[in-house]
Parts: sequence; structure tokens; C-alpha cells
Amino acid sequence: MEFKTIVGLEIHSELKTKSKIFCGCTTEFGGEVNTQCCPVCLGLPGSLPVVNKKVIDFAIKTGLSFNCDIARYSKMDRKNYFYPDLVKAYQISQYDLPLCSNGGIEIEKADGTKKEIRLIRIHIEEDTGKSLHGLEDVSLLDYNRSGVGLVEIVTQPDISTSEEAVLFLDELKATLEYLEVSDVKMEQGSLRCDVNVNVVSLDGTLKSNISEIKNLNSFKAVQKAIEFETIRHTELLKKGENTKKDTRRWDSENNTTLFMRDKQHVQDYRYFPEPDIVDFEISEEWIQDIKDNLPELPKARKNRFMSEYGIPAYDANVLVRDKKLANYFEEICKGFKDAKLVSNWIMTELLRRMNLEEVTLEELKFSVEDLIVLFTQLSESKISNGSAKKVFREMFEEGKKPLDIIEEKGMAQISDDSFIEGLVNEVLVANPEAIEDIKNGKDRAIGFLVGQVMKKSRGKANPQMVSELIKKKC
Amino acid sequence: MEFFNLTAHEVRDMLRNKEVTSVELVESMFSRIDDVENDLNSFLKTYKEEALEKAKEIDKRLSNGEELGDLAGIPIAVKDNMCTTGKNTTCASKMLENFKPPYNATVVEKLENEGAIIIGKTNMDEFAMGSSTENSAFQITKNPWDLDRVPGGSSGGSAAAVTAGEAFLALGSDTGGSIRQPASLCGIVGLKPTYGLVSRYGLIAFASSLDQIGPLSKDVEDSAIMLNAIAGHDRRDSTSANKEKIDYKKSLINDVKGMKIGVPKEYFGEGINDEVKELIYKALDKLVELGAEYEMISLPHVEYSLPTYYIIAPAEASSNLARFDGIRYGYRTAQFDGVDDLYTRTRTEGFGEEVKRRIMIGTHSLASGYYDAYYNKAMKVRTLIKNDFDKAFEKYDCIITPTVTDKAFKIGEKTDDPLAMYMGDVCTVPVNIAGVPAISIPAGFVDSMPIGMQIIGNHFDEETILRVAYTFEKNTDFNRRAKL
Repeated sequence: MEFKTIVGLEIHSELKTKSKIFCGCTTEFGGEVNTQCCPVCLGLPGSLPVVNKKVIDFAIKTGLSFNCDIARYSKMDRKNYFYPDLVKAYQISQYDLPLCSNGGIEIEKADGTKKEIRLIRIHIEEDTGKSLHGLEDVSLLDYNRSGVGLVEIVTQPDISTSEEAVLFLDELKATLEYLEVSDVKMEQGSLRCDVNVNVVSLDGTLKSNISEIKNLNSFKAVQKAIEFETIRHTELLKKGENTKKDTRRWDSENNTTLFMRDKQHVQDYRYFPEPDIVDFEISEEWIQDIKDNLPELPKARKNRFMSEYGIPAYDANVLVRDKKLANYFEEICKGFKDAKLVSNWIMTELLRRMNLEEVTLEELKFSVEDLIVLFTQLSESKISNGSAKKVFREMFEEGKKPLDIIEEKGMAQISDDSFIEGLVNEVLVANPEAIEDIKNGKDRAIGFLVGQVMKKSRGKANPQMVSELIKKKC
Repeated sequence: MEFFNLTAHEVRDMLRNKEVTSVELVESMFSRIDDVENDLNSFLKTYKEEALEKAKEIDKRLSNGEELGDLAGIPIAVKDNMCTTGKNTTCASKMLENFKPPYNATVVEKLENEGAIIIGKTNMDEFAMGSSTENSAFQITKNPWDLDRVPGGSSGGSAAAVTAGEAFLALGSDTGGSIRQPASLCGIVGLKPTYGLVSRYGLIAFASSLDQIGPLSKDVEDSAIMLNAIAGHDRRDSTSANKEKIDYKKSLINDVKGMKIGVPKEYFGEGINDEVKELIYKALDKLVELGAEYEMISLPHVEYSLPTYYIIAPAEASSNLARFDGIRYGYRTAQFDGVDDLYTRTRTEGFGEEVKRRIMIGTHSLASGYYDAYYNKAMKVRTLIKNDFDKAFEKYDCIITPTVTDKAFKIGEKTDDPLAMYMGDVCTVPVNIAGVPAISIPAGFVDSMPIGMQIIGNHFDEETILRVAYTFEKNTDFNRRAKL
């Protein structure tokens, strides 16, 4: 029996407004524990929340980018439950009037097919504090995060493979980054994703109960968890059993999900309208103003890169995923016209080195201008491709200027006709059997001869000229 | 000279005329406290040393010729549910017995900026839940008119302190009548401002959509002075209204000629003592004599006020009081097994019976499956009640009713009958539901115990009710001091 997987995602993204959602405390990540709090975000008795308008701005921005309907009238609600990291024992969230509803995100799969993942809603709420467990018998609490603004994004169960889930998250992440509304760092918790998954037999007769997977701190984990759960659900159904409706935790060490709690008895959050915050109206002007100031989003940028720079879809896609990288690409292209060469170099040399050395664009030791100089040397055949890679390596490691490196190492490529012809003649004389091979149609011998000439020139001869000359002479 | 029978504005004049110093006023308050506090139990904490320090400072500024506000140098008391930096703010609950907030309530900040001298924090029903101050976890406050009787509640400590002259003025909070009812039972003036006129920041919430801070005072003028000091927009409270500042002293006009008063028949039905009704009708006749006119009207939905209130207020309270969980501050049980047990034991031991009763009522009415039948329905009725008032104010300048159903009851008389206790709030609760302002002023006596008359105004029209109250006070002699 064949089965299909049904996945819905619930994403929490911390908003990088300067201050928290209901008070003036900073939202900065990584501060000393319990230093970024005040009576409001600690929920001390008598304190009152005042909505940070920027949080609403950011949520509307997000909603507009995903073609959501923006509410003209909205309110905050209380979600009541007890937990040590929840200072008021209720979270101020949104229940029946979310800021944004409907909308969707289009993903493009590896085979080129497109699919729309519909959104149910996007609402704003406050983040909780953080519990630090595992110190013997005690749990410690850090409330720096308490009251940081969040958007919660909920999808329809439109996702059917782990690939689609990752593509969706990738698009979502890139968009939030372009909007500059979130740091979207899963490892720091500024982007968190819960997965709801179950499987259904294609004939519709068998259906597993939904499992919710939490604690997913990377795209890889999301992907693996979906794959793991698909197998777990399918196997149980095949055995004539079923999954329990439960909440599970991803265990990244053992690549497995672990049971956390039963969902048979749904927790009653006793939602009701937050009486401390007056309902708010969102004017057409407000929405229009945000609309008018939306930045170019990844999809549009990808299309522009293809038409404006003539680079292939694959390149454009890789470049626009990361807003800073895309900006970097455009910076270089301002001073260097062969965009394909630039994108090739970025995707291979630059990204490879950056990933290897764990270096960010801001930390690079060379400037955009240095790269332009290097690329110009290469494209004007003043250095060979091999030399260019060596120069780049020294730029990356030492931060030296490309021309200095070329000069120092004597890498300047020689395109002087008579010089090259002299070397070619020498090599031809010394290798008559190779000439014979070429005449017999063994093209590999050309490469051999070119190599010999290059060796004699200590890598400085223009290999293209050498090759052409050899072909001509044989 | 004894000062304790004087009003705040009288001693203010004396301060300005250099007939008295603030230090003398503070000392006289503390000597009065020494004399009567053992009988009354109005205060949970007093701050004599600090009060004297502040009084000295004010005296210095006054002698330097500085022009200070009406409240400068005047000893006042604050209900113990308003946060005071570094000073216990207990809500008369074991749960917060040792809680010292790191910040001042906006009203406290405003009063201190005015130079008022806070001499102590007053007793109350635990978390402001009650009508007799018997629900305090610490002590029972007595009515200065009769020590066997309750002072009313929940601001009973503030009411008793002002009545007995232990403070010239006091702040109370009013969620369903907690300022007006004790003012009525103690024979003083109590004003609940329009919801949103006074910032709630730093007031430990009972029911957020109903709570409002206001003055308890010996006369109407003192209430106007206190209201001047505490009213105004606060950006820390988004439910506080951003309105132009009004000088309420300008409403102290002895004239009600042409004023139209609506008298809702619903307030004169069953459950109200006939003598109380009689007394209010006499008061209305007096106002007619002074040039006002009144008509009997109907507020058809007001009869649903109590059930509406006892759904909305506990619902909000159940959520507001959930934060007292023993994790970060406040009472924590001595022994527990795991976090759920910690919550259960802490809250079982830390809260009193009435508070737990309301938390349970509120939790139930918000539960899914009951929400529509209770909370949602109550919110709809709330709108209807509000509409009743709005409609009445299209035609009438103010509405007059009794404040209470009867005189102060005996201590212990209603403790075993919460419903009887709740019924006593029937006159005051509709005002909170509608969010409108109301003042209670002495209007006579039943069996030698004071009874208050409630004057209700339109939204943000404190001026009219102050004017009517002032006129009535100036032309009657019900505003007398308890003999203690």
C-alpha cells in the first residue's frame, strides 16, 4: 500500500525590533542572564504592557510579502498556562483576530515544478523566558528573552515531502532576512519551527494521528525529522497499528524523535481578550505606507539577476538566498562586467573558502575593489586561471593586494608572440613522437605539449595562445 | 491643637499661612494613629521616620517661599495594592506578604511629586476582593462609627483612616464599589473616576477592565484636589485616556439650578432598605429645593449587572493572579515535589478563601465550552448596560442612586454567605461595568450609621458630579465626624 506524507509547519520568528514588544528593554541576543528585563517583561504585579508599534509594522511587512490579507481591526488576547519561563502565567498573543491571514509561499522544486504552500495566519505575540535545565536537580531561568516580539506563521498542511519543507523554510528565511524583520538564526533560536506530520494511504483508508515535533534547530533536523516520522507512521499503519496523537522532540544525536507528551487531552488555554491593551485599528494609509516601502524580495531579485546579468537560474538562486551575498555580487558587477565569471567565482572559490574558514562577508580581509582587480587581470589574460586562484588564496588569507601578489610571485602571464613561439619550437623539437600522435588523431598529446610549454614558461605563458600555436604547427 | 478633624484643604491653608508645619501635621497624624489604631487596624504599615524627613523637606521649601501644590506637606494614606518602591505592597495577602516592588505606581509617583507625604499603606480585602475588609490575611479593620461593624471594602483601611483622622486623604481602588461603598459606610466622600482617567500602572490588578484608582476624603473639595493630582494620561498604561487636563477645583460650584437628574427605578426595588430609599428621596428633594429637577427613569439592563460583574471580574482575576506561582517572588510553599506540586501548594497556601473562590469561578467561565455561555455573554450584556447609561446621559446631567443597600453590617455577619456579600454591591457595580464616574457622599443616617448617596456622571464628566456633590454638601449637614 502506498502512503503520502502530510506536513504543516508552525514557525516562530523573533522580531529584531530594538525594544521588546511591550516594554523598552533591548532585544539583543547573548546578554548576561537576567540583565535585559524590567517590571513589564518580568510580569511584576501592577506592571502593564504597551504595544510596540514597530512589532505591528514588522508583522504587516511580513504578511504583505506573503500576500496575506491584513486585518483592519485587530486585538491581543491572553493565552493562559503555567510554566516557569512564562512570567505572567499567560502569554499575550492573538487568538481570533490575527494581524494577517491567508496568503502563501511559492516554492520551486529541483525538477523545476512550482508549488504553493498556503498560510493560515501570521500573528504577533511575546516570547517566553528560557529555562536552563540539567544542572543537577535545579532549573535556572533567564528572562532576557521574555517579551521579545515574535511572529507566529502557521501553514496549511500543504507540504508533502521533506524537500518541500526545507524549500519552504529556505524561502521564508530569505524573505524575512530581506525584510530585515528577523535575524532568522535557527541555532540562536530567532527562527524556530515545529512540524506537524502524519501519513495517509493513497486510497484514503488509512490515516495516522498527527505528531508534533519540537526542538528542531536546523533545516537538516526538520528534513530528517519528517523523513523519520514518515517511516515511523507508515510502518505502524502497515502493522495495523497507529501513532498516538502526541508531541515529540527531535534528538539530533541519535537522529530520532522522542515522545514528550500526550496530546489526547488538549490543554485549555482559556483565551480571552487582553484587557490591558486596547483593540487597534489598522488604517489603509498605514498598510499602503508599508507596501510602498517594501524592499525587493528574493524571488524578484532572482528574476532580475537572470535578466539584468544574464546568469543562469541556478546561479541567481544561490546568490539571492543570502541578501548580503547578493548585494556583494551586485557590488562587484558594478566594476566588472562578466557577471557569469563573478557568480562562478562567488559560488566556488569564495563560498568554499568562507564555509571552510567559517568567515562571514563582513570579515573578509580584502575589498570588493581588490576582487575587481583580480577578475580584470584574469579576464584580460594577464594571469592564468591557476594563478588567479593562488592570488585569491593569498588575498583571503593575508589580505594582500592582488597586484602586489602577482608582482611578488612573478605571475604576470606572457602573451608575447615571439617569446611563446620560441618556447613552442623548443618543445616540438624535443618531442617528435608527440607530433606523430597528434597527426594520428590523438588529441591528448596537444595537452601534453601545452603542459611542457607551460612548464618551461614557469606557468606564465598564455595557455590559450600556446595551444593554438601547437595546433597550427602540427 | 488637634488637626485630625480638619480637611486637607483646611490644613493646606494653614500650612500656607504658616499656622502649622508639615512636621506638626505628620506628628499629629501619628499621635492620632497611636490613639486609635489599636481599635481600628486601618494600616498594614506606617512610615513615621521617612514621613517626618519628607515633612521637614517640605517645610524647608515652604519657608523658602516656594509655591507648592495643594497636597504638599499633607499626610496621606495609600491602599496596599499600589506599588511603592522598596516598600511592602501586600494586597493584604500572604502571597505578597514580603513583596517589595522595585517601582512606584504612577499615582504614587504623582503624589510624591506633588509633595504629598505617604504615611502608610492601608488594609484591604485580599487582592481587593470583598466588601468588608474582613478578607485581609492580616487583620480586620473596624468602622470608626461602631467598632463592631465593618468599614466596608475593599478599601476599608483607607476609609477608616480618613474617617478617624489618621490621614487627611487616602487612595483607594474601585473595581465594583471598593471606594464608594466604604466611603458610604464610613460617612465620607469616595470618588471612582471614569475608567481611563487615572493610570492603573502599578496598581496590582484585580479585574483590569474594571479597576480604577480614586480618592477617599472628608469632603468633596478634598476629592477634587486629590483627583487633580492623580488624573492624566500615562504612556505606561495604554488604557489611560489622552485628554486635556482639567482643574477639578473649578467644579466646586454651589449651584445646581437647571440641572437634570435621572433616578433609575431599578435602584429602589427589592433588596434596598426602605430607610435608605427614604433618605435618598429626601436628598433628591433637597436638590430640587436648590433648583435641580429629577425624573424617575429606567436602566433596563442594570438588573443583570451583578451576574455580569461576577463573570467578568473573576475571569480577569483568574488570569491576573496566575502569576503568583511561587517561582520568582512572593510566597512559596516549604515542601514540594516537582513544579506542578509547587504551584498547587503555593497557591493553596498563599491565597485566602474568597480569592480562591473567585479564581475558580473565573477559570471555569473562561474554559472552552463555557466561554460563550459565560464570558462572551457577559461581555455582550456589558455593552447593553453601557448603552443604557449612554442613553440616559443624552437626557440627564447625572444619575442619582443609593450607594449601598443598607448601613454597615456587623463584623462576621456575612462571612459565611458570599452571595449576601455580593448582593451588597448591587448599587455600585453597574458604574464599573459602564466605565462611568461616580461619587458617594454622606446623605444621612440610618440607626446613627452613615449612608451615602451615589451621583453618577457621564464618561469623563467628573465636573458635573463634583458640582452636584459640592452643592449638596454645602447645603446639608450630613458630613459629620465619627466620635472616636
